[in-house]
Amino acid sequence: MNRRESEIRYKLRKRTASERTLDNGFKNFSLGMASIVAILLFSILIVIFRGSIESIAKYGLSFLITSDWNPVDDAYGAFTAIYGTLITSIVALLIAVPLGVGTAIFITENIIPKNIRSILSVMVELLAAIPSVVLGLWAIFIMEPFLRPFLISINSFLGWLPIFNTTPVGPGVAPAIIILAIMILPIITSISRDSLNQVPNKLREGAYAIGASRWPTIFNIILPAAISGIAGGVLLALGRAMGETMAVTMIIGNSNNFSWSIFAPGNTIAAMLANQFGEADGNQVSSLMYAALILMILTLVVNVFAQLIVKRLRLKY
Amino acid sequence: MNHTKNNSIINSPCISLENVTISYKNSPAVRNIYCEMPRGKVTAFIGPSGCGKSTVLRSINRMNDLIDGCSLTGRVLFEGVDLYAPEVDPVEVRRRIGMVFQQPNPFPKSVYENIAFGARINGYTGDMDELVEMSLKKAALWDECKDKLKESGCSLSGGQQQRLCIARTIAIEPEVILMDEPCSALDPISTLKIEETMHDLKKSYTIIIVTHNMQQAVRVSDMTAFYNAEKQSGGSGKLGYLVEYNETSKIFNSPSQKATQDYISGRFG
Amino acid sequence: MDNKYKQIIGDVPTPDLTYKPSLARNISDRFLTLTSLVFALIAILPLILILSYVLVKGISQLNLDLFLSLPEPPGDDMDNAGGIGNAIQGTLIVTTIASLIAIPIGVGGGIFLAEYSKGDSFSQFIRFGTNVLSGVPSIITGVFIYGVIVSTKIIFGSNFSAIAGGMALSILMLPTIIKTTDEGLKLVSDDLRTGALGVGASKFVTITRITLPNAFTPIATGVVLAIARAAGETAPLIFTALFSFYWSSSIDSALNPIASLSVLIYNFALEPYEAQNQLAWAASFVLVAMILFINLLTRILGNLADSKTGQSNRK
Repeated sequence: MNRRESEIRYKLRKRTASERTLDNGFKNFSLGMASIVAILLFSILIVIFRGSIESIAKYGLSFLITSDWNPVDDAYGAFTAIYGTLITSIVALLIAVPLGVGTAIFITENIIPKNIRSILSVMVELLAAIPSVVLGLWAIFIMEPFLRPFLISINSFLGWLPIFNTTPVGPGVAPAIIILAIMILPIITSISRDSLNQVPNKLREGAYAIGASRWPTIFNIILPAAISGIAGGVLLALGRAMGETMAVTMIIGNSNNFSWSIFAPGNTIAAMLANQFGEADGNQVSSLMYAALILMILTLVVNVFAQLIVKRLRLKY
Repeated sequence: MNHTKNNSIINSPCISLENVTISYKNSPAVRNIYCEMPRGKVTAFIGPSGCGKSTVLRSINRMNDLIDGCSLTGRVLFEGVDLYAPEVDPVEVRRRIGMVFQQPNPFPKSVYENIAFGARINGYTGDMDELVEMSLKKAALWDECKDKLKESGCSLSGGQQQRLCIARTIAIEPEVILMDEPCSALDPISTLKIEETMHDLKKSYTIIIVTHNMQQAVRVSDMTAFYNAEKQSGGSGKLGYLVEYNETSKIFNSPSQKATQDYISGRFG
Repeated sequence: MDNKYKQIIGDVPTPDLTYKPSLARNISDRFLTLTSLVFALIAILPLILILSYVLVKGISQLNLDLFLSLPEPPGDDMDNAGGIGNAIQGTLIVTTIASLIAIPIGVGGGIFLAEYSKGDSFSQFIRFGTNVLSGVPSIITGVFIYGVIVSTKIIFGSNFSAIAGGMALSILMLPTIIKTTDEGLKLVSDDLRTGALGVGASKFVTITRITLPNAFTPIATGVVLAIARAAGETAPLIFTALFSFYWSSSIDSALNPIASLSVLIYNFALEPYEAQNQLAWAASFVLVAMILFINLLTRILGNLADSKTGQSNRK
């Protein structure tokens, strides 16, 4: 077959202009769609920043350390909410990290038969699928009334400590911490599980072959090898805890009066936004935007840090 | 340890396999192995791939316990003790029967810690620096990495990593060292070094080595076991069995089985 | 004595290999194993408790009326809070709007990352940005849409609307969809790609005819899970879609406040009236049943498809 004949038979060998346009158009379309991520991220920052300018100008950095929140006097300070955000997320993390990593170890190590382990693993992931608002509902009507007697007895024994020195009477920071711990548990567990699964089995065998028993192997060999992923997961969970809204709003009590005690009602930035933003006007909107900006920066820093840790430590290993 | 004393007792078995059959998920992988491995000698397991020689090796220090669905019938005796008796602790077994794997698997720790870890969990109370130095010397690695003790074990070359793994096994002073194709991932020069190491080691340890390299078996071993595999009737996998076990010189010079003859002359496998 | 070597070897002591329960290492091993078991049980306890309460409190109220009637404004009728018909409808509408926005953007962006980008700094930034966006608190997306859409009345002069709610939800769905598309496409073997390009197929044809169909299962799984998650979200909706006590009956409804199951649960859980609280439980039951059903179904279908393609690799 000579060249000419083949040109005739394969009519489409020469690419038509429209085909070429389609090809390029598709590439540009996908490029555009990818760019939306960047555009969104920047516009979120800009919109929130612009919204908060008024409040920033008026209250400046003292916004961060004063705890008045009074629409009548037009006085705003976010310290109560910032303290609430930090204390709830950090204490929830302290509870959830051992539980989550322990569970991940239990799921990945050869302790019980594999099919039971995978059922456990699915159950933990289903917990993550339950909507926050349903957890909040459960926390209000079931968990908090159940916990209250325990919290009251802690208060009566350890009430001399500032963080326990109010009597629990219902919604408060402590139940919010518990519900947050429940919510971030699946994140920590599943990321730790994935990191542990990625540790090559030959390391485990190497340790067993020189007579290490299960837990020295886990603590000395497996966990250090998986630490980057676990640390990244813990930071992601911290970010999630700081931004978690619904369940916390429903159970924390939404009080703007500052108290060191975790048994008192309190607030977080996210809860404050959910609770007040719809009905706010004037300086309150701007101050809420300012608080949102602080929350945004906090979560941004934590998330960026999480990604860097995962990258940095993975390179080393 | 009193290895030198034991060496005088020629041919008395250190490990013996009695009618050992190993199965994965109820389908047998190797069947009816009888084999007695003498103390203070090097025994080589050879055979085509898939004949179960590594599986048999791993059963000697109960590494197969770590694999889901792996089970063993028959008896594996170590100095007369059945390793699979219900009251036996596999951790105790592995402290006396160490293992070096096909892929070098140093821990992601410093060279020093790689060796110290095993010794420490075995309750070593002596001078750690001395033990590290001695183990590295026995594994012929001291000269190459005496200045790198603080560096990560993973930063060494493949051959050095494998000798580090041998060193950390020596550091726990086992009585038996199992080696599962320790040179298959290495270049010829590293292989030579490891073989030299083995020559020194057999003065103090009983060694069992799996190798796919027949020259290596001839060079390093005193005894050789030839394994082969047959298509499983009905099943999809292969079923391994022990064809012939004898002194290495007999296996390679005058094998009694035709399959052995075919294998060592390179007609299959 | 089955130990026939004993007399030959004489001076070799029989090793003591028995398990010694009182050894420190065995005690600590047992203790730690038990601890991890307890931790695992604690970890699944909330799931069991929450599911059983939602089941017990919700299932008793299930009847046809619940699905067909409108909620009663709190305080009107002490004994009857009505139904959740419009909330179910609203959740479906808002989630659909969110999916219509997020799927094209997410799949398109994922295609760019997996097929066109060559690991340059732009695509690295987009991947990084995707991860950062997935960490943005959901309430912030609500504030953002409020600032851009609701307060400006930019969409046909309407403020709170189903569209605004859908847009807020789509921001939450976007990172998941981009990531699953990106990762799903990367799983497709490069041989298929070079094979298609090698016979003169354009990049467009290669992607739409070869790689996308081969990555369909993981992408679809990820997308459906993202939709399920969005369906349960509340925070982005409370001041974008708001709430409504009426059905959405015409196309105009897209421009008006709309009910959703999650906002109904939030509003009614905080009401002082028993009847409204009960309705919140009923709505929770419906919402959780929907989400868990979708979750389990996609997992099962995903596993089935995996095992099939694993054997024959489709084309």
